[in-house]
Amino acid sequence: MSRIDTPAMSRMQTLARNPAVIALTLALALAGCANKNNLPNNANELGLNGKNGGPPGSQQDFTVNVGDRIFFDTDSTSVRADAQQTLDRQAQWLQRYPNYAITVEGHADERGTREYNLALGARRAAATKEYLASRGVPANRMKTISYGKERPVAVCDDISCWSQNRRAVTVLGGAGM
Amino acid sequence: MIKSSFFRAVMVAAGMLTAFVAATPASAEVVININKGNVQPLPIAVTDFLSNNELGPQISQVIAADLQRSGLFAPINKQAFIEKISDPGKTPRFEDWKVINAQALVTGRVTREGDGRLRAEFRLWDTYAGQQMTGQQFFTQPENWRRVAHIIADAIYKQITGENGYFDSRVVFVSESGPKNARQRNLAIMDQDGFNVRMLTNTKDIVLTPRFSPSRQEVTYMSFEGNQPRVYLLQLETGQREVVGNFPGMTFSPRFSPDGQKVIMSLQQEGNSNIYTMDLRSRTTTRLTSTSAIDTSPSYAPDGGRIAFESDRGGRPQIYVMNADGSGQTRISFGDGSYSTPVWSPRGDLIAFTKQSGGKFSIGVMKPDGSGERILTSGFHNEGPTWAPNGRVLMFFRQAAGAGGPQLYSIDLTGYNELQVKTPSYASDPAWSPLLE
Repeated sequence: MSRIDTPAMSRMQTLARNPAVIALTLALALAGCANKNNLPNNANELGLNGKNGGPPGSQQDFTVNVGDRIFFDTDSTSVRADAQQTLDRQAQWLQRYPNYAITVEGHADERGTREYNLALGARRAAATKEYLASRGVPANRMKTISYGKERPVAVCDDISCWSQNRRAVTVLGGAGM
Repeated sequence: MIKSSFFRAVMVAAGMLTAFVAATPASAEVVININKGNVQPLPIAVTDFLSNNELGPQISQVIAADLQRSGLFAPINKQAFIEKISDPGKTPRFEDWKVINAQALVTGRVTREGDGRLRAEFRLWDTYAGQQMTGQQFFTQPENWRRVAHIIADAIYKQITGENGYFDSRVVFVSESGPKNARQRNLAIMDQDGFNVRMLTNTKDIVLTPRFSPSRQEVTYMSFEGNQPRVYLLQLETGQREVVGNFPGMTFSPRFSPDGQKVIMSLQQEGNSNIYTMDLRSRTTTRLTSTSAIDTSPSYAPDGGRIAFESDRGGRPQIYVMNADGSGQTRISFGDGSYSTPVWSPRGDLIAFTKQSGGKFSIGVMKPDGSGERILTSGFHNEGPTWAPNGRVLMFFRQAAGAGGPQLYSIDLTGYNELQVKTPSYASDPAWSPLLE
């Protein structure tokens, strides 16, 4: 994380008031140790390169200020407490901006077989959708899709990456089933 | 003997060649018992087929390579040969072959017929019994020369082991390229020895888990085309594709029934995945499992009567067996760890699987009642076994730790003779075809 310049650091400090973002930032920092080259993908999405969170109601506002993804424990599909806080913010945001439909993408880490992980990713997406529905997001605005283990964001071969890949990402728009 | 296919428009006619000398054919002094595990490979001399071009030596090389890769034969270096074969139909000087320890000898000839076809003939000799074991000839188009070599290798394998061969077969797989977090995947097909690789798709969509039809030039697979992950059929001769069924969710993990008339697969709805079949003629669908768990990776027994599948209904993924109508669902795997991707052997006697235990991924086999588990290979990540058509060899894919990609390996049922199957790019999800017809 040493490559991140000063404006980004201040950005991180602002974000860091939010516990979920702290968790996310820590996860990124952990991954960064093993895999610096693969981080920018994530860091850009999170606006950690000195960009701001975008105007309220924008895609970037959702990604940066709300948080577009949650993480799961190994082999688990239950929504963790930290993830619930992220989803609570997502639900509030989506109710404030009702013009957005969403697709929840479910993902698994590489430590499973291809076919099982497709089903596991689907179950994570479904659990996420269900939680959002329980917080007032209309089910007809939500679709899900599973990518199994086929779309990792972090590509090292240890637990720091696997924990980032076990995720559900809420995509504004998107095209699931 | 062989139906035409768009790949090579194969037409091979076969005929037996009788020995000029031996009164009794194939007294089977040269025998390999392949059930004994790590057998000593049989020393065999595969001489260059007589020809007026390079084709003779090339065919011999393919035959020798097939036999060697099986782990059951040890082709002898040609430099050691004493007798120079000038007429492959004439009785060889057996003493010259015994002295270099060749227990079996292959001679042959390849010529061009007047109509342009290739004529390939071979004889297999038992050097110690001093007689011909078998002799056959084949006619085909010149571009099929590798296939004729595989057919001859199968005939030699069958004559000496008593089991059907598997060399005249193909493997469909997922060809992978690019970095791990932006991987491109396409379907590809190749001969079982890794030659004649041919791409079947050219897409940016994720395509996974191709499986051969047992009865047609057809593959079922899963594609994310249009961000709608679903099971498809692909006609190899025409390239025509179609979605299998109209299901309200992701369909995945497809496989054919042994008669080729059904596709069995998983349907995901919300958090659950259950197993369905679709009859390809009537288009009727049948639901076979009904749980709130993940039921996937179904695979029929070769007689079609039972189905092995994977389910996490007990907590972790385990292997279950049920009757073809969905009744009698019974767990069969009880070892440490979790068990996935059951694949029933074409001989019916074993189920191959992927096992995850202690941070390692292994390929193993067990009997259909769950007994007799044997691990064949183990490491960071091994996944997705597929059986050679004779049920003696398994292919699977292996992912090393790190940012690289998966590669294909084969291993004998006994756990010996593990070999990489080299492919032009990363490769996963191999599925072996039946023996070609």
